[in-house]
Amino acid sequence: MNVAICGYGAGNVRSVEIAFRRLGAQITSDVGGADLAVLPGVGSARAAMTGLRERGHELALRARFEQGGPILGICLGLQLALDWTEEDGGVEGLGLVPGRAVRLREGRVPRMGWAEVGERGAFYFAHAYAAETDHATAWSEGIVAEARLGSFVGCQFHPEKSSAAGAHYLEEALSLSPV
Amino acid sequence: MKGVRFRSLRDVGDPVELGSAYSEAGADELVFLDIQATVGDRPTLVELVKRVADRLAIPFTVGGGVRSAEDGERLLQAGADKVAVNSAALARPELIGELADRLGSQAVVVAIDAEGGRVRSHAGTVAAGRGATEWAREAEERGAGEILLTSIDADGTREGYDLELTSAVSGAVGLPVIASGGAGNSAHVAAALRVAQAALLASILHEDPQRLSSLREEVRGLGVPVRAC
Repeated sequence: MNVAICGYGAGNVRSVEIAFRRLGAQITSDVGGADLAVLPGVGSARAAMTGLRERGHELALRARFEQGGPILGICLGLQLALDWTEEDGGVEGLGLVPGRAVRLREGRVPRMGWAEVGERGAFYFAHAYAAETDHATAWSEGIVAEARLGSFVGCQFHPEKSSAAGAHYLEEALSLSPV
Repeated sequence: MKGVRFRSLRDVGDPVELGSAYSEAGADELVFLDIQATVGDRPTLVELVKRVADRLAIPFTVGGGVRSAEDGERLLQAGADKVAVNSAALARPELIGELADRLGSQAVVVAIDAEGGRVRSHAGTVAAGRGATEWAREAEERGAGEILLTSIDADGTREGYDLELTSAVSGAVGLPVIASGGAGNSAHVAAALRVAQAALLASILHEDPQRLSSLREEVRGLGVPVRAC
C-alpha cells in the first residue's frame, strides 16, 4: 500500500509516516496515485491552507476527491476539508465536506487528552476548534470525532498518537476502497 | 534525568528504551525534559528526539533549550508533538506567542517550576520574581496550550503532589494543567487528577515502567476515570 501525506511545511508529520510504516505501508509523494492520501493535522488553519496551495496539494486533493480516491483527514485535516473555519479570523477550507469548524466554547480549551469515541475506545485529542457538519459519523463528549462523505474520512483525534486503538483505525483507513 | 527536589540529579537510563517501555506499558503521554539544555546552555538533542519518536505511538512533549519558533519547529519535525518552554519564556515572554503562531497553541506547553508558590527558572536555580498563578495566566494570554506545573517543594519526595499549588493554578486558567512532582502512590495520582487535567509520573516509574498498568487500575478503583488500555 502507498500512502501520500500532504504536508504543508509545519509540525509533526513524521509521526503519521512512522505510524503508517509500522503497518507496512510505503510513503509516496504521489497524491493522485497513492492508495490513500492523508491530510495531517498540525499548525494553524491559515498557514496550513497556504502551505497546501503552495505545494499543489489543494488541487491534487480536490481532483482525488472527485475521482473517489480515499482521503483521510486528521484533526486540522478534518477541519480543512470543511467549507470554512473560524480559526485565524476565518479561513476558507477545501470544501470537500459541507460544514464548518468553530472554536470550542465549553471545558478547558485546547481540549487535550484521551477521550472515548462512541464504543470504539479512547483516542488522543488536541484541539481548540471542532467540526459542525451534517456528515458526522462519531462523537466524543458531544464533539464531532469523525465525519465521512464520499471517499473522505476525517477524524478529530490523532490516530497516530492513539496507541493500539489508533493503529487499528489507521489500518482500517488503509483498507478504504475507492468510491 | 530525574532529580530529587531538583538538586541531586541522577541518570535514570537510556531515554529511547525508557520511552519505548512507557509507550508499551500504556502511558498516555511522554514528556522528555532535557534540563541540562538550559543549565549547560547546549542545544536540545534533535537526534535523540527522532530516535525516541520512532518508537512511540503516544503524544510526545519535549523541552529544554527552546529559545525560538525555529527551535520549536525543529523539534516538531523530529517527531515531537509539543514543545515545553520554561526559562526562555520567563526571560522573553513573547516567545510563547511566537511558538503558538508557528506551531499552534496545542503544541505549546509552558512549564512552570514553583517553590512556595513562586516561579523559579534554570532548573530551579534562579528566582524568576513572579507568582506561579500570575505567570500561568500570562502564559495563557500569550497563547500557551497547556501548563506543566512542577512543585519543587514536592518533587522527588514521593509524599504526594502539591495540591494547594495545583488547585490555585488550575483555578486561575482555562487551560489544561499537568500536575508534576511528588507522586508516590495511586492515591496521590487520584488526588492530583481531581484538581488537574493530567498528572506526571517520573521517579516511581523510572525504576519500574511496568508499574504503570497497576497504578492505572488502582487510580480507576479510586473513582477517577482514566483510559483503559
